[in-house]
Amino acid sequence: MRASAQERMGTAQGTIQAPETQAALPAGRAQAAPAMRTARRPRHGWTFAFLYALVVLLAIVYLIPVYMTVITSLKAPQDINLMTAWRPPAHPYWASYVQAFRQFAPTLRNSLILAVSATLLSAMMGSLNGYVLAKWGFRGSKWALPLILFGMFIPYQSILIPLFQFLRSVGLYGGLPGLILVHVVYGLPITTLLFHNFYVEIPDELLGSALIDGAEFFKIYRWIILPLSAPAFVVVGIWQFTQIWNEFLFAVTLTRPAFQPITVALANLAGGNAVYWNLPMAGSIIAALPTVLIYIFLGRYFIRGLLAGALKG
Amino acid sequence: MRTKLWVVLVMSVVMLLVSATALAASQPLSGKLEIFSWWAGDEGPALEALIKHFEKMYPNVQVINATVTGGSGVNARAVLKTRMLGGDPPDTFQVHAGQELIGTWVVAKRMENLNSLYKEEGWTKVFPAGLVKLLSTSQGIWSVPVNIHRSNVLWYIPENLKQWGVKVPATWQEFLEIAPKLKAKGIVPLSMGETWTAEHLWENVAISVLGPAKWQQLWQGKISFRSPEMLEVWKLFGEILKYTNQDAPSLSWQQATDMVVKGKAAFNVMGDWAAGYMNTTLHLRPGTDFGWAPAPGTKGIFVMLSDSFGLPVGAPHRATTLAWLRMLGSREAQDIFNPLKGSISPRLDSDLSKYNVYGQSAAKDWRSSTIVGSLVHGVVANERFMNDFATVMEIFLNSRNPQAAANASQAVATQDGIIH
Amino acid sequence: MNSRSDRLAAILVILPSLLLLAVFVYGFIGQTLWVSLTDWGQGAGALALNPQIHWVGLENYKSLFTGFLDVRFRQDMVNMVFFTVLFVGASLLLGLLLAILIDQHLPGEGVFRTIFLYPMSLSLVVTGTIWRWMLQPQGGINALPTLFGLPASNFLWMSSRTQILQFNWQALPAYLCWAGVAVLAVAACVYLVKGRHKTAAFFAAPALLLLALVAWGPAGRAALLPYPETHGFNLALLGIVLAAVWQMSGYTMALYLAGLRTIPDELREAARVDGASPLQVYRYVELPLLAPITWSAVIILGHIALKIFDLVFAMAGPDNASTSVPAISMYLTTFRGNQFATGAAIAVVLLLMVAALIIPYLASLLRPGRAQ
Repeated sequence: MRASAQERMGTAQGTIQAPETQAALPAGRAQAAPAMRTARRPRHGWTFAFLYALVVLLAIVYLIPVYMTVITSLKAPQDINLMTAWRPPAHPYWASYVQAFRQFAPTLRNSLILAVSATLLSAMMGSLNGYVLAKWGFRGSKWALPLILFGMFIPYQSILIPLFQFLRSVGLYGGLPGLILVHVVYGLPITTLLFHNFYVEIPDELLGSALIDGAEFFKIYRWIILPLSAPAFVVVGIWQFTQIWNEFLFAVTLTRPAFQPITVALANLAGGNAVYWNLPMAGSIIAALPTVLIYIFLGRYFIRGLLAGALKG
Repeated sequence: MRTKLWVVLVMSVVMLLVSATALAASQPLSGKLEIFSWWAGDEGPALEALIKHFEKMYPNVQVINATVTGGSGVNARAVLKTRMLGGDPPDTFQVHAGQELIGTWVVAKRMENLNSLYKEEGWTKVFPAGLVKLLSTSQGIWSVPVNIHRSNVLWYIPENLKQWGVKVPATWQEFLEIAPKLKAKGIVPLSMGETWTAEHLWENVAISVLGPAKWQQLWQGKISFRSPEMLEVWKLFGEILKYTNQDAPSLSWQQATDMVVKGKAAFNVMGDWAAGYMNTTLHLRPGTDFGWAPAPGTKGIFVMLSDSFGLPVGAPHRATTLAWLRMLGSREAQDIFNPLKGSISPRLDSDLSKYNVYGQSAAKDWRSSTIVGSLVHGVVANERFMNDFATVMEIFLNSRNPQAAANASQAVATQDGIIH
Repeated sequence: MNSRSDRLAAILVILPSLLLLAVFVYGFIGQTLWVSLTDWGQGAGALALNPQIHWVGLENYKSLFTGFLDVRFRQDMVNMVFFTVLFVGASLLLGLLLAILIDQHLPGEGVFRTIFLYPMSLSLVVTGTIWRWMLQPQGGINALPTLFGLPASNFLWMSSRTQILQFNWQALPAYLCWAGVAVLAVAACVYLVKGRHKTAAFFAAPALLLLALVAWGPAGRAALLPYPETHGFNLALLGIVLAAVWQMSGYTMALYLAGLRTIPDELREAARVDGASPLQVYRYVELPLLAPITWSAVIILGHIALKIFDLVFAMAGPDNASTSVPAISMYLTTFRGNQFATGAAIAVVLLLMVAALIIPYLASLLRPGRAQ
């Protein structure tokens, strides 16, 4: 029984597929979708009490940093000291938010432009790439996916200097277009993988039936693949947006001040000589808010992105 | 009638031409100026005041304030170096005066010398000779210093010392006599912060043991890092470390200062930016609420460091950069910048009435003391040595073995071109 | 769907991406590799417009592992290994525990899942900033016990200099050999038990050879350094591990949870009918089925751990040697020490370690039946 079940689960990469398959598959193909499972009988008595206490305790532990961040951000600078770090402020002090927001306003705009355009571009290219690799194998295409994927694992410090020199030589250093290009290129592996895995699950017959004459590459994409891709685009979009919004190394080294994204502004607030912690904490909350909101409201898709993009951190 | 019109026309064209040429000749400086620095947060306002002053002088110049922050200037260095390697220098950049500039950029022939600027402005007379020497090589003078900070200052709270019955130690021997008593009372005798503050303390101990002349010889490669004096430095440093706080590596320098202010520690050796912190941020009055003395054993010595700006070869806006540098060296600009930054002007003729009590006392010492350069803050050794010296310090902090540290520093000095 | 023009269109569509990646990934890595084999930074004019660069072969790598002055790099490597092991191990265990808890269909399941997973959506810079505040030596976590009337803890998160599990760097080749012997021997035994004698012999032979080499041959006596140099696990790393586990354990939870929910109920039912207790069902039915998930989680978390940079940078700062890792020292060596060649060599070492983890995974993509 064990062996056969293991075969069902497949090899390591099979499992990376598995969650994505059930999450983002066109309806009807998922085999063990959660909805189809009969809910387990609820437990009662001591076991239940113990498990519930444990999960509540763990939830509290996971929320402690949020609590600390929020209360610290609402304290007046002179009220912050290590001994009373755990106590909430007597009177909320909003000035840190005003100040942090004032400093962040231009960088928020930069981050938004950067994240939205890089996400859209890398998703579109990833979709086309995934389509080609999943449905239009050519000689050597078998090698293409692993070679593409390698790009998302490299430590980016190792390409920083050549990258910089390249951007400068093509005149893209310092502004948003250059940074967008970088995020699109290094985003290609993950978007290609996600779309590839999604498209592999679309049965070939569906494509074949639309094929009456030749030269249908773009027609198939436009009329069959693309309409089915909406869930994949949402997953990829959320994933890429979060990654790009949160990125720091490229942001700090490849832009001139007028075009710096928000993570740089936060490091600026918090880095080095921070004396009072209310400001960095308020800044952290502002910087984290967009991705956390996406996560709360589109959490289901976010989790799919995590699972499907299991490979990217 | 017709001729008249014709004459008027010619006349007006000529007038127009003449006025245009006149305008061109006296046309105010215009263009752009990109200033690269890592001054932000507390240090931002001083730079902004300077820029404002510059914009008032040259309203047609568009100033781009390129600040890269975080990681104690490491990010800024990364960006500056990649830009320079790519042949895209900013017009001017912040750099510690001395070997941090010379050992990296001057030897790479990436800076223009500023001899003519110094001559035109007569700066060799208004800046102390000891300072100009630290800014120069045999090929010329390389940057314009905007400020002077003093590294060898011992900070304390007079009230607390009185209460504990302790006097300010004039030498490290005196400190080592006082320290056990303080420790017995549960007071940290000397507070310290992250690794660079340990190096900062080390340089002050070293200067007290070696004296100014031998300190300078050390950086000229004339004294071995394994000499008996240097072993003595590490031994004394090890003794002093026994009286510092355990949690030092996770504290910023401000937190180390806080320990003194809050009465948890008796003394702290730090540069005089600590005065700015206590005065501006903590609202303590210099002289009454907090006190200072030269670091033990360094009376009559001024261990200096200085932020300066230079002119990179190939700066895109050379004319505006020269105007900026000219302004930086002026008495007026320096007296705008330094009171805000909490530093003093290197100029011997600065207007002391604009500075607080601490600044005035530092300026007095600046004019009367022997000037030597700081190691940790880029004056006496190149960047490579400074980076490697952090490793030497780690070896010592982990092993507490003076011989091992001395050997390692000798090896580093040889490898990094201090000893030829 | 195989007309010539279609295939041409397919290739033309993917070509720009391939070219971009060829340049941005492989081209740039090649350049870094080349720099690591030169002496760029040894001479004075490292930053000259046309710096004098000479080929030195593997000299930089040799000095990183055996040079007197590169002791920090070696400790960084040790830090990285310990960090990776602890971070991956703790994330897996905690993630599994959370997944099993969530899988009980407790009331409010969705809320709990959201809570455990939200740290994943944060930037490492944000996480680092928050946890730096939490782990201040005289506040935050250390002051937590005082809320319950207990004495405050005084553990020095991120700044302790205590080192445990110390070992001598000289003996590293021998240790590595022994580890190799162990791995090969285990593999041989597994195949022997399975009755695949040829494969077992395939593993046993190099194991014996290596054993001979380390026990009696040169490997046992070869020392990387002429003097003993101890390295070990810096307790200061625990703070970084804590923050990293907080951020990433929800992620392993999500992986495991998805895995648990693909296990068909009939399997569980069958086991229960056979009289297995709920714990036994987990132990004997579900855990074995989660093994492949564990492997992919190890790969993903492992490569994140090897590359960790932003978090340490924001939490402990670049100069805190006790918590430093190669990605940090590469940055400092290159951009502060101007040692471009040495920095490139560290980057290549880092890349090789990541590759050792990733390439087997990528190779598995090439197996028949996968990826076209």
